[in-house]
Amino acid sequence: YNSSLTKPPPAKYGGRHTVTLIPGDGIGPELLTHVRELFRFCCVPVDFEIVSIDSKSTSDDDMNNAITAIRRNGVALKGNIETNHNLPPSHISRNNILRTSLDLYANVIHCQTLPGVRTRHRDVDIIIIRENTEGEYSSLEHENVPGVVECLKIITRKKSLRIAEYAFNAARQNGRRRVTAVHKANIMKLGDGLFLQCCKEVAAGYPEITFDSMIVDNTTMQLVSKPQQFDVMVMPNLYGSVISNVCAGLVGGPGLVPGANYGKDYAVFETATRNTGKSIANKNIANPTATLLASCLMLDHLRLHGYASMIRKAILATVSETRLHTADLGGQGTTSEVVQSVMREIESKGPRTSEQI
Amino acid sequence: MAASSAALSLPKVFRPVLGLGRSGNPAKVWAAAASCRREKSTFVGRIIPPPAKYGGRHTVTLIPGDGIGPELLNHVRELFRFSCVPVDFEVVNVNSSVATEDDIHNAITAIRRNGVALKGNIETNHNMPPSHKSRNNLLRTSLDLFANMMHCQSLPGVQTRHKNIDIIIIRENTEGEYSSLEHESVSGVVESLKIITRYNSLRIADYAFRLAREKGRRRVTAVHKANIMKLADGLFLQCCKEVASGYPDIQFDSMIVDNTTMQLVSKPHQFDVMVMPNLYGNVVSNVCAGLVGGPGLVPGANYGTNYAVFETATRNTGKSIADKNIANPTAMLLASCLMLDHLRLHDYANMIRGAVLTTMNETRLHTADIGGQGTTSEVVQSVMKNIQSGRCKN
Repeated sequence: YNSSLTKPPPAKYGGRHTVTLIPGDGIGPELLTHVRELFRFCCVPVDFEIVSIDSKSTSDDDMNNAITAIRRNGVALKGNIETNHNLPPSHISRNNILRTSLDLYANVIHCQTLPGVRTRHRDVDIIIIRENTEGEYSSLEHENVPGVVECLKIITRKKSLRIAEYAFNAARQNGRRRVTAVHKANIMKLGDGLFLQCCKEVAAGYPEITFDSMIVDNTTMQLVSKPQQFDVMVMPNLYGSVISNVCAGLVGGPGLVPGANYGKDYAVFETATRNTGKSIANKNIANPTATLLASCLMLDHLRLHGYASMIRKAILATVSETRLHTADLGGQGTTSEVVQSVMREIESKGPRTSEQI
Repeated sequence: MAASSAALSLPKVFRPVLGLGRSGNPAKVWAAAASCRREKSTFVGRIIPPPAKYGGRHTVTLIPGDGIGPELLNHVRELFRFSCVPVDFEVVNVNSSVATEDDIHNAITAIRRNGVALKGNIETNHNMPPSHKSRNNLLRTSLDLFANMMHCQSLPGVQTRHKNIDIIIIRENTEGEYSSLEHESVSGVVESLKIITRYNSLRIADYAFRLAREKGRRRVTAVHKANIMKLADGLFLQCCKEVASGYPDIQFDSMIVDNTTMQLVSKPHQFDVMVMPNLYGNVVSNVCAGLVGGPGLVPGANYGTNYAVFETATRNTGKSIADKNIANPTAMLLASCLMLDHLRLHDYANMIRGAVLTTMNETRLHTADIGGQGTTSEVVQSVMKNIQSGRCKN
């Protein structure tokens, strides 16, 4: 995936990049440890600055430290931070705070059927671009009358134009033919109506790309029956959450798809479906593919394309081997077996010295 | 008999009060609470059979709608006449292109009179100003049809990627994201309100658990996004939990909507009964409809305390296939069977349902949306033949 919309980050000294690493909760820490192991093995010139966030504490210090570290380094790789339901509603989701503070306005998920993974649908290749900072995730709620809660969904012209511009630009750069806007403007006429209008305005500036729109309920139904009709999709925050999860389910599950959050100055990489995976944590059964592919996206962003394609090829070769599939793909492999296999692939097929990369 | 007529008369007293305002209007909350004390049936899922029955024949309001609605409802009428079903239809047309609300208010009055309606989807014209509300939405909120029930079952003759799906989806039908309350305080910034009330959430949760118990279901799953919308979906979830404690025989769990859609796409058999607010209900019901074969197969029902309106589950207008004789009539025919069940005409309902399912088994009669080349009229003719010969599959 090509994203020359964000500049390469400044934290590069002596040819080595510094990247913030946020382990998160659940399966995050173990999978990110595997990523570090793999990078060390491949001699990737990236140093990780680890910033831990304790999801149980109510103070904001951890979050502020993490945000400052990402501002300093420009790039981050993170696991999902758990949102504790027992804390009062004023305790906003940490992941959300990170996205809005750094203004990571575009969440890009590329769902592709991987060869070697058996799914009900073939040849799915959809890029989902989801507005990441506003919409239903504004966390603005109040209870004026007891028993009646009002939750605000905010759509602004500026952010809708920005995300539409990003989507069309990305479609053009990746040689895509069609952009579909997903909305519910028949019911939320002003809100989604504004979003749709902004998309139409931006579409006028890209005549070679076909633009159409579809209502979210029809979209999900079409996705389940004929997903091959979709190319690039752009949508507000909540629909993005649902549709990216549907597409992830179509290509094989949460363990396979990486996600990227881009802002003007920063980029944060994680798994597409943002699961904590508490129930499978520390059991060596989690699928590392999504996190490993996310680290490849990060390497692409750092312009270390040689390392990125080397690791990606090795991961795809490993995923093709059915006996190494983890439990979520229907196999019995363990996380460490998968990572070992990736390392072996790199050793046997990769370049001999780092000068060849 | 006296009890039922007393119960029938009470709602009429409170109807004008309950019909006013939007959810969240303190007057409505109070009125509902007041009626709650006197008439327990506010929270009851069971609906009293409608009053419009004279000489053994029921009168049902028919709203043709737009797109494929009129032609499919004509087929329904044809079929009912053929099967001698004791139902008369009062046809009320709603013109979707005019800005006045007279048509829809006529329709609402007709439904209030008859108690039951069968409708096609009314198109929402995008070129009208935002003050022109969706007619379907207006109908649902005015009649307080708080529960949308959709039963997704894999039909035996239809080939799908997943087999043996059997999920009941209960969706809150009147509030949530569909409140149509939006404003643009600052130019370029739109605020859209999503309303969740305790009263409506308790009501829908009660309906869901009651239905689950009646149908012998083991598990109810609440679908929400309370990690982000803590107050709103948190309130919904809390109401569901409170109601769940009164039904110890039914297992209750909850799932976040994005995880739910992903699970539905990979392993739909884990779901039994699902209850959720309005927007998630829309998305999840369309995903499930897609899983069992598409929008042409699944009927939907909207229930309120006093009224019931039946339509297709996914509420499509089908403009592009209108009047071409290629639309799938199954959803509408099954919706009419749900209506007959509601009118306590179970024999007719089972007869027609059996005939429709027998027709669905024949692959050569499948319409274009399920991969065949049959026409609408062929399907309806086949249903009639099955009824005539008495070959019914129950």
